[in-house]
Amino acid sequence: MKRPRSVAVVRALLEAQLRLELRTFESLPAMCLFAVTTFVLFHFGLNVYQMSSDLASGVLWVTLLLAALLAVNRIYVADAEQGGFDGFLLSPAERSTMLVAKTIVLFVYMSVVELIALPAFAILLLEPSLWNALPGLLGVLALGNLGVAVIGALVGALAVRTQARDLLGPLVSLPLLVPVLICVASWTSPLFHYPDAIGVAVRWPLVLALYDAIFGLIAFALFDFLLED
Amino acid sequence: MYGKGLRPLSLITAASFALTLAAVFFWAPNDAYLGFLQKIFYVHVPLAILTLVGFVAGGLMAIAHLRTRDRRWDMRSYVAIHISLIFGVATLITGSIWARGAWGHWWVWNDPTLVSFLLVMLLYATYQPLRFAIEDPERQARYASVFAITAGAFVPINFIIVRLAPGYVHPRTLGNINGNLPGRMQVVFYLAMVSAALLWFTLWRFELTAKHVAAQMRHLRGLLGEDADPAPVRRSAAPSLTHAGNVG
Repeated sequence: MKRPRSVAVVRALLEAQLRLELRTFESLPAMCLFAVTTFVLFHFGLNVYQMSSDLASGVLWVTLLLAALLAVNRIYVADAEQGGFDGFLLSPAERSTMLVAKTIVLFVYMSVVELIALPAFAILLLEPSLWNALPGLLGVLALGNLGVAVIGALVGALAVRTQARDLLGPLVSLPLLVPVLICVASWTSPLFHYPDAIGVAVRWPLVLALYDAIFGLIAFALFDFLLED
Repeated sequence: MYGKGLRPLSLITAASFALTLAAVFFWAPNDAYLGFLQKIFYVHVPLAILTLVGFVAGGLMAIAHLRTRDRRWDMRSYVAIHISLIFGVATLITGSIWARGAWGHWWVWNDPTLVSFLLVMLLYATYQPLRFAIEDPERQARYASVFAITAGAFVPINFIIVRLAPGYVHPRTLGNINGNLPGRMQVVFYLAMVSAALLWFTLWRFELTAKHVAAQMRHLRGLLGEDADPAPVRRSAAPSLTHAGNVG
């Protein structure tokens, strides 16, 4: 049988996953609601009304990372429980196409969550204007989401067929995400400086891009071994 | 035959430890600032280095497992990570004691080495639960290897990134960990390094031998028909070598 083109496989997997999400809405609404609720928790927990700089950047990113874990726990569940893996393994497609598809899905989920969470954050807690920070923020969001997506796609596959998947997914991914958090939080902090954004040290984009690339390669090299049976 | 050379190895390790301890207490000079407390350095630093090297070695053995599909490599990787976890806990405890003595706090956040080490330990703390949560031994070995390789790569990268983090750019309070130690201290440090490495290696060999012998015993019992249904292997985080072919 002719091997299907990888791009076509990725697109098919992507369509399937997004259609599944649009029919069941099992991840995205939960993630958005979780993010907004967490902002409220931070307001009461820290007893602050407005925040800027380090605090704002930390609260935003911790919230986004925790929201991401909800999706990491779920993206493979349908594949594991309803024969998605079996069907995929029977097809002649490259196995790593699934990793690429899941990475894109997580990236899209994160972006959608940010569409809701960022305005909510600006209204509820952020002291400086979001508009001024936005151009710089787009770069952080892109690279940050990529890091979360790559690590989530790998760890999600590692955890989904274990007996404690809801526990292992977050426990394994969080330490791996700490370097991402260090980069994105340090990168975002000067953007949220009050009253005006200040310059960002160039090393954070570089380090984060490098981290994303390294874990992308590791995930790409190892993913096949997670899908053998 | 398992455990070949284990006896001389153990004796060498014990002798080297005796020598190191004697040197640490009676030969190495007391530190000018920290005095006697500084001697914990000869235990703490070698343990920390061995922990990290052991984790990376576990990752390399996991690569060998995935390439060769030889389950003995999974066993080696598992035991390496297992021993390193124990060394890691000892490192955290000795480090905490040292920090309390030198800096006045059990834990300080502005030392990048400390924080990176904690992150690595938090990650590896999930290794055994991950294994335990997978029942099928073949898949358990495969998934554990994927974890060991990912985490092994995480070890050096994490150290670099945490060191870059803001607040960590100040020079280290004890900047002389590797360089400019006075002569005698340096000799004793290398001695301690060698003994810790020997200890790690001996424990690794011991554990491997014990696991192999247990598997072999189970296999032989099965052959003898001593009990027709040899005691069912409990679900375990440790790799199982029930196969005769794997034991040889």
